[in-house]
Amino acid sequence: VKKEEVELKRDIQLEKSLTPDFLEEVYTIPGGERIKDCIQCGTCSGSCPAGYEMEYTPRQLFAMVRAGMRDEVLKSDTIWTCCSCYLCVVRCPRQIKITDIMYALKCLAIKERKYSKHIKAPVLAKNFVFWVNKFGRNQETYLTISFFFLTNIFKMLGQLPLATKLFFQNRLPIFPKKVKNLNQLKTIINRIEKLEEER
Amino acid sequence: VRYTYFPGCSLEATAVPYQISISAISGILGLEFEELKDWNCCGATPYMSIKEMIAFAISAKNLALAERQGGDLVAPCSACFTILNKTNVYLKEFPKLKERIDIALNEVGLKYNGGVIIRHLLDVFVRDVGYDQLATKVKVRLEGLKVAPYYGCQIVRPEQMFDNAEMPTSLDTLILTLGAQPIHFPIKSQCCGGTLSVTKEKLGLRMIKDILLCAAQNDADCIVTTCPLCQINLDVYQKKVNKRYRQNFSIPILYFTQLMGLAMGIPVKKLAIKKTITPVKPVLGRYYI
Repeated sequence: VKKEEVELKRDIQLEKSLTPDFLEEVYTIPGGERIKDCIQCGTCSGSCPAGYEMEYTPRQLFAMVRAGMRDEVLKSDTIWTCCSCYLCVVRCPRQIKITDIMYALKCLAIKERKYSKHIKAPVLAKNFVFWVNKFGRNQETYLTISFFFLTNIFKMLGQLPLATKLFFQNRLPIFPKKVKNLNQLKTIINRIEKLEEER
Repeated sequence: VRYTYFPGCSLEATAVPYQISISAISGILGLEFEELKDWNCCGATPYMSIKEMIAFAISAKNLALAERQGGDLVAPCSACFTILNKTNVYLKEFPKLKERIDIALNEVGLKYNGGVIIRHLLDVFVRDVGYDQLATKVKVRLEGLKVAPYYGCQIVRPEQMFDNAEMPTSLDTLILTLGAQPIHFPIKSQCCGGTLSVTKEKLGLRMIKDILLCAAQNDADCIVTTCPLCQINLDVYQKKVNKRYRQNFSIPILYFTQLMGLAMGIPVKKLAIKKTITPVKPVLGRYYI
């Protein structure tokens, strides 16, 4: 009888931790509501070139989203292992825009700082956005330096011979390539930011 | 024919050889690429992962500028092509998205009416110029050269604008037109891993290894790509792959435009063929002018 009680309590605890309206948060992206149509066939997981290295496969992840396992989903490395190749999207028999749903989940994880510290992809993405916001264009040289500086500074030293080679091939420019009308771009970014806050 | 041209950030940095070779061949083919005035980053995959709505907005800004400038918008980078095209399609498909984007564009006096067609550079070569016309420009037939046609992922997905999403053939036919032989390459549209090579190195290197291995086992002399990220991954990380997987790959990774230029009899220097990490000369030296 005691064992049964323990299990019941655990189940209640688990159900308490669920976020039933998590699914609706995904609806905010264009086409996001199609996640409801998922039939758990697993075509996405079978197609994914990186699926075998994911904490949960895409099919599992979608079941978790629908079950409301918010924390587990946003903390998992699955969303950050998706490399946006869209193979699952063209194969999905329910026309779910899987890659976009991954983007929506990534954005949520970033917004709430839910991603685990050992995952490096958010660092790269954040730095990318930083340089684009600053100059209007991505700066591959600066991005590489800032990313390795923040993740593995020793590795950066190891990359020096290669970087030197690329530099002498004019493939790692020192000076930033900028847009002329940066204000225009910044105004657009700020306006959207405001609209999103109001929502 | 005149086009508006969206180079993308990579073509000003690591993909400089791509830009140099495009400039070398486009004039001969009668194509005029006018750079999109004051273009900004398309947003690519990373921006979408941080703030999706802003990513759509900065992408839409490029579309608004392009509409003003006129003509099809041509992108040589597969990531730019896919993001710009996706934004274009979504603005038509989702009115609520368009409403928000319009507000932001209006703030700076811009407007996008949905009138731009986004093209990948490869698409322009094979459909606008055409294989027959290309064949007449070939001066040095690349006889005996076995080439792996590597499309990568985003050039054919998610929207299938000009070729099949999983088994594309346009690049195969292009290689054939140059007198070379496209090898059997079943994983031609498989992802190279993108930025996984730096964010999750073990997995990234394995994905690169699989592509190199498939090309090598099908006797490829070289691999041609249509995307800056694919080129970097396959070329720059080849040494690392060799070390980790005890392989001996030495497969030159070229942009398809460099191979075209070679066949068109353009001097190697004008094609920036030396600007790679894996040496190219041992394989292609016999065709040099």
